[in-house]
Amino acid sequence: MRNTYRDGPDERGHFGLYGGRYVAETLMPLILDVERSYDQAKADPAFATEMAGYLRHYVGRPSPLYCAARLTARLGGGRIYLKREDLNHTGAHKINNCIGQILLARRMGRKRIIAETGAGQHGVATATVCALFDMQCVIYMGATDIERQAPNVFRMKLLGAEVRPVTSGAATLKDAMNDALRDWVANVDTTYYLIGTAAGPHPYPAMVRDFQAVIGHETREQILELEGRLPHTLVACIGGGSNAIGLFHPFLDDPGIRLIGVEAAGHGLETGRHAASMIGGRPGVLHGNRTYLLQNADGQILEAHSISAGLDYPGVGPEHSWLKDVGRVEYVPVTDDEAVAAFRLLTRLEGIIPALESAHAIAHILKLAPTLPKDHIIVVNLSGRGDKDVNTVAMALNGEGGLS
Amino acid sequence: MSVLDDADDRFDEAPAASIRLAHRFAALRAERRGGLVVYLTATDPDPETSLALLKGLPRAGVDVIELGMPFSDPMADGPVIQSASSRALKAGGSLAQTLAMVRAFRAEDDATPLVLMGYYNPIYSHGPERFATDAAAAGVDGCIVVDLPPEEADELAGHLKSRHIDFIFLATPTTDCARLPIVLEKASGFIYYVSIAGITGTASATQQAIAQAALRLRHQTSLPIAVGFGLNTPEQVAAVAGVADAAVVGSAVVRRLAAGLDAQGQARPGLVEDVLSFVHTLAAACRPASREETRP
Repeated sequence: MRNTYRDGPDERGHFGLYGGRYVAETLMPLILDVERSYDQAKADPAFATEMAGYLRHYVGRPSPLYCAARLTARLGGGRIYLKREDLNHTGAHKINNCIGQILLARRMGRKRIIAETGAGQHGVATATVCALFDMQCVIYMGATDIERQAPNVFRMKLLGAEVRPVTSGAATLKDAMNDALRDWVANVDTTYYLIGTAAGPHPYPAMVRDFQAVIGHETREQILELEGRLPHTLVACIGGGSNAIGLFHPFLDDPGIRLIGVEAAGHGLETGRHAASMIGGRPGVLHGNRTYLLQNADGQILEAHSISAGLDYPGVGPEHSWLKDVGRVEYVPVTDDEAVAAFRLLTRLEGIIPALESAHAIAHILKLAPTLPKDHIIVVNLSGRGDKDVNTVAMALNGEGGLS
Repeated sequence: MSVLDDADDRFDEAPAASIRLAHRFAALRAERRGGLVVYLTATDPDPETSLALLKGLPRAGVDVIELGMPFSDPMADGPVIQSASSRALKAGGSLAQTLAMVRAFRAEDDATPLVLMGYYNPIYSHGPERFATDAAAAGVDGCIVVDLPPEEADELAGHLKSRHIDFIFLATPTTDCARLPIVLEKASGFIYYVSIAGITGTASATQQAIAQAALRLRHQTSLPIAVGFGLNTPEQVAAVAGVADAAVVGSAVVRRLAAGLDAQGQARPGLVEDVLSFVHTLAAACRPASREETRP
């Protein structure tokens, strides 16, 4: 029995088999520099103080922990709390990480920021902090995603970012990440790559987790205040997995707290058209880390599918891969249809339009809560708001005859 | 007498290296010239054309062949080689197919060194040990795995070494003095100097920068030095071959190949001859002393 699940990664960035630094030699010195700079920043109380100041006064933290009474009553089981990351400035948890990394980039003297984005939430958050800190901003976004997330593209441009369409592959998040890495290799002297999820080469998975762990730390304090005890179950959706690891990490060593990550099952696991890399994939190496990946027998990476652009990625952060293998976190699938149904139900019952990503977590709650006793406390990470998704949902519903 | 018989005695003291590579670089030094390394992606644009090109490279004057293993996400490559990779995958390219091509090539050519270049996931998926065994059996002399820096290379390195396959590492303009020994410690066969900070087929370094970098590497290693990225013309090749042990040309050759495809991406008649004649002009640039000689 291990003493802790919270001591990873090792000094070379490995979580058990996973993680590491699988990048071209050109990038290795930069990545080592990012690691050194992050280690120094972590040890500097001024960095933490400055970050806390921005999180409070600019992002609007702490985000509320809200008891969803009508949803709880409807499901007739465990008591459901929503961690309201949707109420953050820019509408999702992504900004927590962006504040941390932009402060780091500034410490490193970098003036040009690049980032990849799928749904556009991370792109918007990155463009936002670049406006705030007066840095040049280039966002790589798949051409397919640009089409389905038009409002976010416009927001990024308003914020002063250059949005570069990526047409290779399926023109989604994976391909945007490839092009961001290519940009970084060619602009090593000026550029900082602001990765949006807890994946990529070390130190990114650990660093992004640390910046997102504010979600779990707040939840811990808030639930103790509201309920006088810790929750029984935590649920979060998993694309790259940053909102989930941010919620889970402070609770990993509390025995008996059940942790559930929800992967996007797209059209259904059996169809092969999904984004559930841990449930439906196997370990491999991509984008700087070893982790569970969707791939064919030859090790070629497969295109993921999810109605949610933010979950539409064939990999996952390496710490989740490790937590799956050691059995500390359960990972479950939710389909597109289930997510859309949950999106509608939460909107009608609580007056909260969730991001389609977060709707996957809600969809699992719809199955889970009714099986639990009324004194069982569940916290769901409502990682983002769904305004960006209303067109996608309208199209999905039109296929079924629209709103009834 | 085959190269292997010839070389066995001379290289007995270094059994953990490819004999073909060592022999070829020794021969180049004896000829006092730099060699030409040409890159092609296996199965691009289709298995037959790709094998015909591969078999034609030695006749066109190529000293070392670099054969790309197609990958869905070639992160260090520019648009030209990205397209080559996707054409290859569409045409049924795979790790197994690449090794089959090497076997077919080796049936006719036991002298020309051939190194595989690619990304780690297909190798990891195949199994590092099984990959090393199969590559050795096919006649592979070296491996370049772009996204496997020395820090992560141990799980493959031992298997390659025990099968006499060289592990070729990249040094780049960002590889500083502190880092270079870490790279050199694991490297064998030759050092591949990436002359620009960037992806394949884009910018070019100045000749002065390349010459300085080659000199810096020479002070640190006795391994041969091949220089690549951004070399497009016979003039650039000639200049690099004058300061390094070999010049690597990839995107410029693949671009020539792509120009020989029809709108459907199928090889037009004459593609193989056209690519090989371009390669021949590059090879001639490495042989200033014997420029008047015509090669078959």
